[in-house]
Amino acid sequence: MLPQISREKQLGILRKMLMIRRAEEHVIRFNEDYEGLIRGHFHVYIGQEATGVSVCEALTPEDYVFSTHRNHGHVIAKGGDPGRVLAEIIGRETGYCRGRAGTFHVAAPDLGIIHTSAIVGGCLALAAGAAFASQVQESKAVTVVFFGDGAMEEGVFYEALNMAKLWQLPLIFLMENNYRRAGRSGTSHSAKELSNVPRALDVETTVVDGADVGAIYKTTSELARRTRAGEGPFFVEARTHPWPGNEGAHPKLVAGSTNIDWAWDAAAVPDAVRSWYAEGDPVLIFARELVKDGGVGRDEIQQLDAAVRKEADEAAHFALESPLPDPQDAVKFAYAGRES
Amino acid sequence: MAQEMTIGEALVSALGEAMEQDRRVVLIGGGLVSSGPGQAQFARLRQKYSSRIKSPPIAELGFCGIAAGAAMAGLRPLVDIGTATFSYEAIPQIVNEAAIAYSNSGGQTNVPVTYFMRYGIRGGGGVQHSGSPQPWYWNTPGLQVAMPSSPADAKGLLRAALLRSQNPTIFFAHERLMDERGPVPDGAYEIPFGQAAVKHEGRDVTIIATGVQVPRSLAAAEGLAKEGISAEVVDPRTLEPLDKNTLLASVKKTGRVVVTDESHDNCSVAAGLAAIIADEAFASLRAPIKRVTIPHVPVPFAVSLEDYVTPTAERIAQAARALVR
Repeated sequence: MLPQISREKQLGILRKMLMIRRAEEHVIRFNEDYEGLIRGHFHVYIGQEATGVSVCEALTPEDYVFSTHRNHGHVIAKGGDPGRVLAEIIGRETGYCRGRAGTFHVAAPDLGIIHTSAIVGGCLALAAGAAFASQVQESKAVTVVFFGDGAMEEGVFYEALNMAKLWQLPLIFLMENNYRRAGRSGTSHSAKELSNVPRALDVETTVVDGADVGAIYKTTSELARRTRAGEGPFFVEARTHPWPGNEGAHPKLVAGSTNIDWAWDAAAVPDAVRSWYAEGDPVLIFARELVKDGGVGRDEIQQLDAAVRKEADEAAHFALESPLPDPQDAVKFAYAGRES
Repeated sequence: MAQEMTIGEALVSALGEAMEQDRRVVLIGGGLVSSGPGQAQFARLRQKYSSRIKSPPIAELGFCGIAAGAAMAGLRPLVDIGTATFSYEAIPQIVNEAAIAYSNSGGQTNVPVTYFMRYGIRGGGGVQHSGSPQPWYWNTPGLQVAMPSSPADAKGLLRAALLRSQNPTIFFAHERLMDERGPVPDGAYEIPFGQAAVKHEGRDVTIIATGVQVPRSLAAAEGLAKEGISAEVVDPRTLEPLDKNTLLASVKKTGRVVVTDESHDNCSVAAGLAAIIADEAFASLRAPIKRVTIPHVPVPFAVSLEDYVTPTAERIAQAARALVR
């Protein structure tokens, strides 16, 4: 459904979702087209854009977001500059972390993303800590911690959830179930419904469709309001539709770049992945809803996509042209206050 | 003027002053003291600062992470982990989150958290409550390591960690020193990290000692003096940052070195310090560097066995004697 916000804001959400998609298509092409540009493996957020963008739309710049190895989308959703995100992903001095973090750990403290952990569940307790800080400081900041279904296999999840509830922390646990681990029912978690786990600790829990911008926005803006009022913590399970290009450690553009016209012409999608793009792709679903129920013209969406693609191309160019960090600086930043 | 107090009381005193002085200082965990008069002192703090003192569930991984996250968001938490081996439950959050955040962010996210833990062979702790993880933490870039050996140093170093530090700190006090009394100067003072102290001057041999090994080395030096051997005892006080200059100056003066730390010998604090000395003061050495540590075995329970593996004053004296003769 469409979120109950202005048309301009609705288009702003689509723009950010498209920006994440286009930027990450560049990441995959970086890997495919440039030998040695990406030395290690990487993960993308494709298929989960509705969650990150809708949640961040419900937050203020002062709110904290903690992220995972699928952070690229969260950083752009919180207002990150795609050029600096892409530069960080390929380890450039112009990146958000001056090339020290790389694809797995993009943090952007200025945007409230003070730390990102690529260890499954790594940020759950840290986020509870940031929420604890807000509580002590009597600030109104809300902390949102994004994590996947796999993090619910980790012990730290239970410790952080328990303490967040005991201490009534202003924290929203945002589990993006992409069914890569525990979410595959019965494979690695004994709970039949993962959402029953936080309920067992008396943490109020909501399940939403992770491709439904309106539902996610409505749920998280209401929870953010209640969290600010001291009613937290809360737990949200956003059930996303796993993108077929995500198998393995090096995602592939299994259908090439996303064609925005697939939103209204599913027959044009390659056979092998047609069902996902026709029914599961949150970007195309939202574009289709805007046309059907939001009074937005197809041409308007095509123009928006063209503008986003141009900006993403420029961002990729900026990243590729940016310098690597000076090798002499490798030992810098081990300790604060000792840079000289 | 100075007051006699235990390390436990000195730590509570430092915490109380720091909480008074800086609203960002909070405590997660117990009261830094297990027994004695420090308890009453801590009870007063708990009453005064109830919203800034949290008693967590038995969840070291969780609350060490919460403290690190709170530090990232502007607080200056002290965590009382209790027995040092409990910190093993929290290694992922301490080593793989708190320690790396500043570096990962390219110098943007500070994590001024202090993890306090009681280490070492306490007497009857057996294989799981006698741990000395200082070499692990010293081996972790991003962490500072403090090992005070006296109440006065404990107070000054803890104040520095809570009020000045911009980095995560592992703060060790030896179990057996917690209730030892010593003079603590009046008033608010801090001991900057990275300043070693010569605890006893000597000419013939340098004993570099950390934590509980400092009083043991001082006892050894006293005995050696009666035999005509003049031993200098140097306490680094913090391993990271490390005051190499003071250590090397003593080595250059005496030409003989015993390094002693109550941790297992492989890749130990003593081994690391010995390597630095071999590297940077080789020409001054008149004998091989000797290490007095715990042998490479989990600390056993029986009194006879525990005593055997403990790096006592007598073992330190033996090592020094062998170098001088």
